[in-house]
Amino acid sequence: MIKMEYYLIVSTLMFFIGIYGFVVRKNMLAILISLELVLNAVEINFAVFNRYLFPGSMEGMFFTLFGIAITAAETAIAIAIIINVYRNIGSINVRKINKMKG
Amino acid sequence: MDFSNFLLLQQEISLMAVFVILFIYDVFCSDKGKQWFQLVACILFALHTAVGFLPFPTGEAFGGMFVGSNITIIMKNILNIGTFLIFLQANNWLKSQETAHKRGEFFIITLVTLLGMYLMVSAGNFMMLYIGMETASLPMACLATFNKYKERSAEAGAKYILVSALSSGVMLFGLSFLYGCMGTMYFSDMSIQMVSEPLVILGFVFFFSGLAFKLSLVPFHLWTADVYEGSPTAVTAYLSVASKGAAAFALMFTLYKVFGTIEAIWNPLLWGSAVITITVGNLFAIRQKDIKRFFAFSSISQAGYILLGIIAGTSQGMTATVYYVLVYVFSNLAAFGVISAVENQTNGNTLISAFNGLYKNNPKLSLVMMLAVFSLGGIPPFAGFFSKFYIFMAAAEQGQFLLVFIALLNTVISLYYYLLIIKAMFIKEGDEQSVGRFVTDGYNKTGLVLCTAGILVIGIISCIYEHIGALGFGM
Repeated sequence: MIKMEYYLIVSTLMFFIGIYGFVVRKNMLAILISLELVLNAVEINFAVFNRYLFPGSMEGMFFTLFGIAITAAETAIAIAIIINVYRNIGSINVRKINKMKG
Repeated sequence: MDFSNFLLLQQEISLMAVFVILFIYDVFCSDKGKQWFQLVACILFALHTAVGFLPFPTGEAFGGMFVGSNITIIMKNILNIGTFLIFLQANNWLKSQETAHKRGEFFIITLVTLLGMYLMVSAGNFMMLYIGMETASLPMACLATFNKYKERSAEAGAKYILVSALSSGVMLFGLSFLYGCMGTMYFSDMSIQMVSEPLVILGFVFFFSGLAFKLSLVPFHLWTADVYEGSPTAVTAYLSVASKGAAAFALMFTLYKVFGTIEAIWNPLLWGSAVITITVGNLFAIRQKDIKRFFAFSSISQAGYILLGIIAGTSQGMTATVYYVLVYVFSNLAAFGVISAVENQTNGNTLISAFNGLYKNNPKLSLVMMLAVFSLGGIPPFAGFFSKFYIFMAAAEQGQFLLVFIALLNTVISLYYYLLIIKAMFIKEGDEQSVGRFVTDGYNKTGLVLCTAGILVIGIISCIYEHIGALGFGM
């Protein structure tokens, strides 16, 4: 059986790559993809902890399922809002959405 | 099957009933019948608010997932009052041509976010807390971008959804570590196994920063000003009052119920966070030209004061926190009611200079605004003074004298910038940019009268504070 640490390394890498992408990327869709990385890393974590450490209960798996559903809803709303930004501003580059400052 | 669990959910059920009635009304009614929509929505919601004051059974439902105690009922009532006042204030904006056809959506989405806040407050399990938080924040992004054809509104919505999704991701990452340490997500089970080992602390820090985003504590506050400025004014008021209040309650419950045994870890964290939040919020508020941005920074510093009560960690501190939020609801909504009334006259211009000479043309409005900022600043006869006093007292009794001293210094700074608004209204002469004489619509007037009554009365009638305190915290 694969050791638990390897899963955790993957999920931690995914999390921080996601954070990095969120900060660095300029396209809002790319930012959204980075967010998906962050949330999926969390779901891997829950599933792995449940499977390896607490195989008697299913709480982590349930959390994963709920997390996936909520993430899907989040993405749907975010894409709708990004489309709205595109209609108003004509671009989904974050450098263009800078009307409010200070 | 045992349905007695549902008795604890009375407030949720009554909220859903309002939601369903409004939804059916919105879908099936003709355009002519919809002119009564605002009135029906306000009356139904007022009934729902009144239902909250009836006696409730208390206890745990669904195996500890949902906790209903006397104090959660009080908290939900506070959120109800805030939402009701916002419904009253939103009337004029919702009547405008751009939003009139989707007036129903505003109420429906707001009710859903309110349901999410209820779940946040009475969560007994981190999954429930997470679901409640997402139910509150996802529709909130839709509300922020409600003015579909305004660039600023679109920008605010985009900023809000991206940042709130990131914050919930960070929070969940922390929760996954906590789950890895304890093997359970129930508050009661977790608190038994809580020990200060490194992974728990890591998990807690991630969790706290996720929640601090929602509460807009410094250094997680950067979204606040932009989102507050861009959103429609009613939504800004909702964000600053209900969303922030629910996040503060949720933070308080989790800290006490789950992380109570590792208080030595979170106390310095909150201490530092409170000091920078109050200071940065105050200093940045001074240089704002836009009144909605101004109140965004003012609300950041108010969140810092709320932390003071949480740091105290006693039942007195909890009482003071709940009372502070109650007073904050009334004072902040009075200010936002005046802002939305003025904004309707200036076509969305919310610069502070629009308030120049407001007293000459609209003395009553400027009087309400004056009471609101005096209460926010903490000047004696008004409620804001008493709420600040109780918070400081709770913190000082735990020996946090330095913290209280810094907070007191900041109160003086905050008086300066709150007085800038008074100066604009009463001393400065109006020019062609400022608003002329106008009549506020009836709904907003009702809301402002209620807010003013709250500011004047809540501080003086001591039984409210004693009532909150006497409920004891069924922890």
